[in-house]
Parts: sequence; structure tokens; C-alpha cells
Amino acid sequence: MKYIDEFQDPELARRLLDDIHATVTRPWALMEVCGGQTHSIIRHGIDQLLPDKIELIHGPGCPVCVTPLEVIDKALEIASRPEVIFCSFGDMLRVPGTGRDLFQVRGEGGDVRVVYSPLDALRIAQQNPDREVVFFGIGFETTAPPNAMTVHQARKLGIPNFSMLVSHVRVPPAIEAIMSSPSCRVQGFLAAGHVCSVMGMGEYPELAERFRVPIVVTGFEPLDILEGVRRTVRQLERGEHTVDNAYARAVRAEGNPAARAMLEDVFDVTDRAWRGIGVIPQSGWRLAPKYRAYDAEHRFSVEGIRTQEPAECRSGEVLQGLLKPHECEAFGTLCTPRTPLGATMVSSEGACAAYYLYRRLDMPAAKAQEATPVV
Amino acid sequence: MCLAVPGRVLDIEERDGTRMATVDFGGVVKEVCLEYLPDLKVGEYAIVHVGFALQRLDEESARQTLELFAELGLLQEEFGDPWETAAEAAGSEPVEEVRNQ
Ligand code: SF4
Repeated sequence: MKYIDEFQDPELARRLLDDIHATVTRPWALMEVCGGQTHSIIRHGIDQLLPDKIELIHGPGCPVCVTPLEVIDKALEIASRPEVIFCSFGDMLRVPGTGRDLFQVRGEGGDVRVVYSPLDALRIAQQNPDREVVFFGIGFETTAPPNAMTVHQARKLGIPNFSMLVSHVRVPPAIEAIMSSPSCRVQGFLAAGHVCSVMGMGEYPELAERFRVPIVVTGFEPLDILEGVRRTVRQLERGEHTVDNAYARAVRAEGNPAARAMLEDVFDVTDRAWRGIGVIPQSGWRLAPKYRAYDAEHRFSVEGIRTQEPAECRSGEVLQGLLKPHECEAFGTLCTPRTPLGATMVSSEGACAAYYLYRRLDMPAAKAQEATPVV
Repeated sequence: MCLAVPGRVLDIEERDGTRMATVDFGGVVKEVCLEYLPDLKVGEYAIVHVGFALQRLDEESARQTLELFAELGLLQEEFGDPWETAAEAAGSEPVEEVRNQ
């Protein structure tokens, strides 16, 4: 237990680990859905502290990683227009589209701005009535309500020069797709805590029952993850499959009703393509018809964009938990955070980036030497 | 981007018909929209994501989480300059920041 002193409460971490070690009798594969959890796990070596019998599989829960290439290319196209101020969260800047990224678009003279909140983009629109302000609305159920509120505000305040490029995704259909795949090895889920802060836990009992899989709502600090693993393994060892909340300080069963009501008003559920994975039915949101005027895809004609994924990139398999990042041939050689081939190497929540930042020793020696240091 | 950070409400006011708060995240102060937690009061804690308070949090767990995030450098990641980070990652000189607020 060599890293345990790094835990905020090493004594509690030790007790949780002891309990997990005492409980496990058979091999189990658990998937942590959220990319923030993946980073926490790799950064703290949690997977190495757990019994060998427990395998943590990294899930598709990184919104930056799963945004389809086609949408990134649309963003690049819109951001290049002289009349547009393109606003985005900072972690989209270096996500590779076909041939370039938002960072380069700005280098070429595009007016790309980073905002902390979508409401900042709305303010920019108010301050620049002669420009078109477009906000890049990506993210899971945690980010969708702020973005929904922003579109709602734009309509309420009658701000005509604001629109949103929307590519929101939903977690439960992704869990369903993963469990339905013939190659699925996942036996238990650590569900993403902050998604449940908004949505509550109502969508999970049906999934837990249908696939006979425990789903434990888990935070993403190291102790939260240990507690999530402990509760999932307990269920598995007892042959149970229920929905349990290991993140009660931030998650209520009903979630945040005001946020859910706004989501329902502003968005419609739709099929959505996930980068590297493909279309998952009912797995996304788009703007509802009454907000169509605020849809950037409608306002700017960006149809007919042809996309091309780099052939070497295996991020689709990484995102589905079928491949560990360092097992990808390009990892650390062709593909580094400085020269990323896939979004999973760029995003601060991407699995490839986590392995690159915290697990460089896992690379074969020759690869590790070639790789450019990032810190 | 998915990081939701606990913060403490310093001040609440109405703007453009919207409930907004000034929130302290362990030293960094930001504007936060309270429309999804309209009952939140000055002095209380909430987890905040991209400028929106999403769920109440008790003081003790908020304080612990903030300490941990500060220790791990996550607050810098969340509130630091994204252009600098991107330029560093791209291996080029930071471009001059366009101030947008
Ligand atoms: S290491 Fe790079 S190329 Fe390989 S899967 Fe990850 S992002 Fe794609």
C-alpha cells in the first residue's frame, strides 16, 4: 500500500481497503463511468491498492472525449467565420478535429474565447450586438442544465445574436449500450456522482434489474471511490444488484428538480453519435423546436462536413473499456498530449491523458524515452 | 470541465431577473447562478459547476473537498488560464489573453 499516505485521511482509506480485501473472494470487473473518477484512480494509484481480483475498467464518461469529430469540425468551421465570436470551455481548445483544433483557429485569426460559464458567453453577446456569438454546448447531465438555462435566458431577454452548438450526451443510454454489447465484461458500475446530483437516481433501478448489475453512485475523490468500490463489491459477493448511493452528501434521490425541469423545457432527447463509439439511441439532447432560433447548426449552414478519424487511434475501444490506453500502439509515440491523435489524450478527463500523465513508467522503456515530457 | 467545486455564498443579488451570487472557492471568487438552488443563503455551501450551483453541501464536506482540491492542484486546473495551459500543451508560446469579462 505504497501510496496510501497521499490520501486525505489515510486511516480511513486503510480501513476501507482492509474491508475490500476481506470481502473479495472472486474476480470482479467494475466500470467507473466518469472521467474525473478515472483520473483520480490513476493519479492516486487506487487500482494498484485494490486486491488483484478487482479490475477497474474505464468508462466513456468524458464529455470532451466523446464529442463526435463531425461536431468538432462544425465548431472549427463556425469559429473561423469573421462575424463570429466563438465561446467554449477551455478543455475543448486542443481537441483535434480533422486537421486542426480551436487553438489553431485562433492562431489563424478566429475570435475564439474561453468562458468559465455559458452565461459569460451570453454577456459577450449583449456587449457585442454587431457580432454573432456562438457557445459550444457540450457535456453530460451536469453541464446540460447550465447550458439549458443560458438558452432559456437568451430567449427571455431577446438576445438575437446568441446561439449554441449543442452536443449533449446522457449517461444511462451509454450504460445500456455497454451492457448490451457481446464483449461486455462489466459486472458493476460506479455511477458518476455529479450527474446524479442533477438527475437523481430514478433512471438506474430499471437498468440494475434488467442487467442484474449493481450500480453505486460514487463521488470522485479518492475516498469516495474506495467507498464506491467497497459497496459494489459487497453487493457482487452477496449476489445482489441494487442501486446504492455512496455520495449522499451531494446526491438526493430526486436530483435537482429545478434543473431537470429546465432540461425538459429546453432540450429533446435524441440519438447521438459518440466519438469512437458510434450512434447510441436516445443518448443525447438537442434543442427543442421552440428554441430552434438559438441552434447554431440551424443558423450557420454547416452541413456536408466530411470527417476523418486518424486510423491509428483506438479511443473508441478505450472509451468502451475494451483496451487500456497504453495498449494502443500510438500511445506515447505518435500520440502524446502535445501531438494528440484522439480526444482521450487531450481532455483533462481523458483516459489516455491520465495514463500519460501518471503512468509513464508503464510504457516500454524505448517508448518512454521518445515521449516528450509534459510537466 | 466536469469538475464541480464546492463554494461558499458571500453575497446574493438579482440581475436581469436572475438570482446570482458571489461565491468563494477557497480564495477564488466567482459569479454563480442560483436559479437551480433558489433557497441557498449567504454563508451556505453548494457544489458549483460551470457557474451554476447544483446541490447543497454541508460545511464540513465542502471544506474537506476544497482542501483536497487545492492540494492536488485541481483548483488551478479549473480556474487557471486555459490559453496558457493549451499553449503549453501545444509546445508554443502563450498567446495574449483576450479579456472577455
Ligand atoms: S493513445 Fe492516442 S491514438 Fe491511442 S487511443 Fe489514446 S488518443 Fe487514440
